[in-house]
Amino acid sequence: MLWPRLARNLLTRPRTDPPVTPRPEVVAALRERLAEAGQRRLGRSLAIRHVDAGSCNGCELECHALGNVAHDLERYGLRFVASPRHADVLLVTGPLTRNMAEALLRCRAATPEPVWVVAAGDCAVDGGVFKGSYAVLGGVEEAIMPDLVIPGCPPTPTQILEGLVALLEAQAG
Amino acid sequence: MNAEALLAAGTPTACAPWPRVVVPRAVWIALREAPGLDLLALWGAPGMAHAAFLDRAAMRVVLASLPAPEGRFPALSPGRPGAVLFERALHDLWRLLPEEAVDARPFLDHGRWPVAGPLSARPAPQEPEAPPMTFLPAEGEGVHQIPVGPIHAGIIEPGHFRFHVQGETILRLEARLGYTHKGTLSLMLGKSPRAAARFAARLSGDSTVAHALAFARAAEAAAGVAAPPRAVAIRAAMLELERLHNHLHDLGAIAGDAAFAALHAECGEWREHLLRAQHAAFGHRLMMDRVLPGGVAQDLEAPGIAALRGVLARIAAALPGLRRIYDSHASLQDRMVGTGIIAPALRDAFAPGGVVGRAAGRAFDARVLNGEMAAEAMPLHAAGDVDARWRQRHAEAGIAIARAEALLAALPEGPLAAPLPPRGGEGVALVEGFRGECLAWVALDDGGLIEALYLRDPSWLHWPLLEAAVIGTIVADFPLINKSINGSYSGVDL
Repeated sequence: MLWPRLARNLLTRPRTDPPVTPRPEVVAALRERLAEAGQRRLGRSLAIRHVDAGSCNGCELECHALGNVAHDLERYGLRFVASPRHADVLLVTGPLTRNMAEALLRCRAATPEPVWVVAAGDCAVDGGVFKGSYAVLGGVEEAIMPDLVIPGCPPTPTQILEGLVALLEAQAG
Repeated sequence: MNAEALLAAGTPTACAPWPRVVVPRAVWIALREAPGLDLLALWGAPGMAHAAFLDRAAMRVVLASLPAPEGRFPALSPGRPGAVLFERALHDLWRLLPEEAVDARPFLDHGRWPVAGPLSARPAPQEPEAPPMTFLPAEGEGVHQIPVGPIHAGIIEPGHFRFHVQGETILRLEARLGYTHKGTLSLMLGKSPRAAARFAARLSGDSTVAHALAFARAAEAAAGVAAPPRAVAIRAAMLELERLHNHLHDLGAIAGDAAFAALHAECGEWREHLLRAQHAAFGHRLMMDRVLPGGVAQDLEAPGIAALRGVLARIAAALPGLRRIYDSHASLQDRMVGTGIIAPALRDAFAPGGVVGRAAGRAFDARVLNGEMAAEAMPLHAAGDVDARWRQRHAEAGIAIARAEALLAALPEGPLAAPLPPRGGEGVALVEGFRGECLAWVALDDGGLIEALYLRDPSWLHWPLLEAAVIGTIVADFPLINKSINGSYSGVDL
C-alpha cells in the first residue's frame, strides 16, 4: 500500500545524515590549485570517475556507501560516472600495481581537462602496506600527481565526502 | 583414489589439525579422478606442488604434496576443470610447469613484473617484451568481440572481460584477472604471524575478518596454540557480522543491477546502520585488523555489544519486508528467475563453495565442517539461478543475525589473546566467509617465522562458473549474473 508509506515518510525525519563541512584550510589550499578555467567550466557539480589501481576492495565498499541514503553524495552535486570522458575528478584507490599502471595512464589521457586527481586510501597515498612489493609501484603519484589525498584504511565515507566537498567549494570560489 | 588410499600412499608431515602427505608421482596423477575428493586449492612452494581437497565422506581437509625438483609436475586439470586457474597461477608465481595442463596461458603475470616466478627459489629477470594477451576463440557467422575493462563502468575492482557474442547472445566469456596482483604472499614470507596478519586482512577487503581468521587459525594450529574462549566467541561474532553486511550489500546490489532502486536503497541503509554499529563496537567499520593470530586485537565492551544487538534486532525485523518487496515485484523476478543457471554437472565438476555452491544444491558449509553449525541449519535454494542466489543470501542473512545475537548475548569472560611462541610447525584452516570457504595454510620455521604459506579465496572456483553461467544468456543479463556470483578480484589476484 502506498498511502501508509507516504504518510509515514511525511511524519518521520529524513534518513540522510546532516551535510558534512570540509575543513577551511583544505578548501583554501585547494582553491589555490584550481584554475579560473575550472571554476567557470565546472560550476557547482563534479562528475567522478572511480579507478581502482589495485586495491583490496575495502575502499570500494566505502565508495559504494557514499551512494546510500545516509551519505547521499548526489545532494552535493557529486556523482559517479561510467567513463573518464565524462569525468571532472579521478578518484583513485589502491596501491598502483604494475599490472594497472598503463590502464590508469590511459584513463587519465581519456579524461578531458581540467581534471582533479584524488588519491583515496592509504594505499593510493603511498602504496600503504603493499609498499616495497615487486608487483607494486607505490602510490598514485608514481603515475599521475594527485591534487588531494584522503588517507585512511579505508577512509570512511564521511572522510571521502569531506575531501570531495572541499574540492567542490574550492572550485566554486 | 579416496582419502584413505591417499593418506596410506603418502609420507605424512606434521600438519595440524588436518593431515598433509607427500605422495609419489603415480598417486598424484590418480588425484585427477578421485570422486570423493573435491579440489579446494592448488599452489606451490620452491620445488613442490601442493593441493588441498575436501574429503566429503569424513568431512575433513586432506592435503597432498608432490616434489617437483625439475620444476614440473603432472597437471590435475585433465580431470578437474577447477584446477585450471590454479595451475596458470602456479606457473606465474612459482615457475612450476603443469605437464599436460588444459590451459598453459599466463593468468596473474602480465609480463610487467621485474621478475618472472617471483615466489620461485631463483626468480629470473622478466622477458623485456610482454607477450600480448590471447583469448580463447569463438567462430561463426556474425560473431564479434566486446572487450570490457580492466576499468569497469561502476565502482568495482579491475579485471578484463572478453565477450564473444552473436547478436545479443553471449557465446563465450573469458575473465582475465591479475590486475590487482600486489605480491601479498611474498610480503608475508619471513614475517611473524602477528606481523603478517595485516596482509591476510587485506587479501580481499570485504572478507577481511574471514581471511584474517583463516590465517590466524592456521598460524595457531602451526604453533600449537589455542585462542582463548572469549576471543573465539568475538571472532565468530565478527564473522557473522561480516557475512550480514556483505549479504545486505549483495541483496541490494543485485536488485540495483536490475534497475530496482528501492530495494537497493533499503538494503544499503540497513547495511550502513550495521557498519556504524561495528564502528562503535570495534573502532572500524569493516572490523579490519581486529583478528590476530592468538586471539583478537581488542575487547568488545558493553556499549558496543548493545549497539550491535540493537541494530541486529532491527535488521532481523526488517528482513521479511525485504523479501516481501522482492516477492511482490514480478518485473524484478522476471530478470532473476532462470537467469545465469549453474547446472548440476558444472556444480559437481567445480565443487564451488559458499552461496554460489549452496544455491546450486551443493550442501557444504565450512562452519559445519568445523562443528560450529548443525548441517540441518543450512538452507539450500538449489535452482542455481540468480533468483536462488538472492534467496540463499536472504536466508543466510537471517541465520547470521541469529548466530551473532546468540554469541553476543553470552560472551565468555577471560583473556583476549594467547601468546604465539616462536617455534616451528605447520597448520591449515578453513573458515566460512560470506563468499564461501577461505583456506589458509601456513608453515613456520624454527624461529616461528613464515616459511611458506597460501591463502585461497573461494572466488577461484566462482570465476570459471561465471564464465560458464553466462553462455547463451544476453549481454544485458551479464551484470546481474556477475553480481549474483560476486567473485573477488583481489582475493584471486593475490
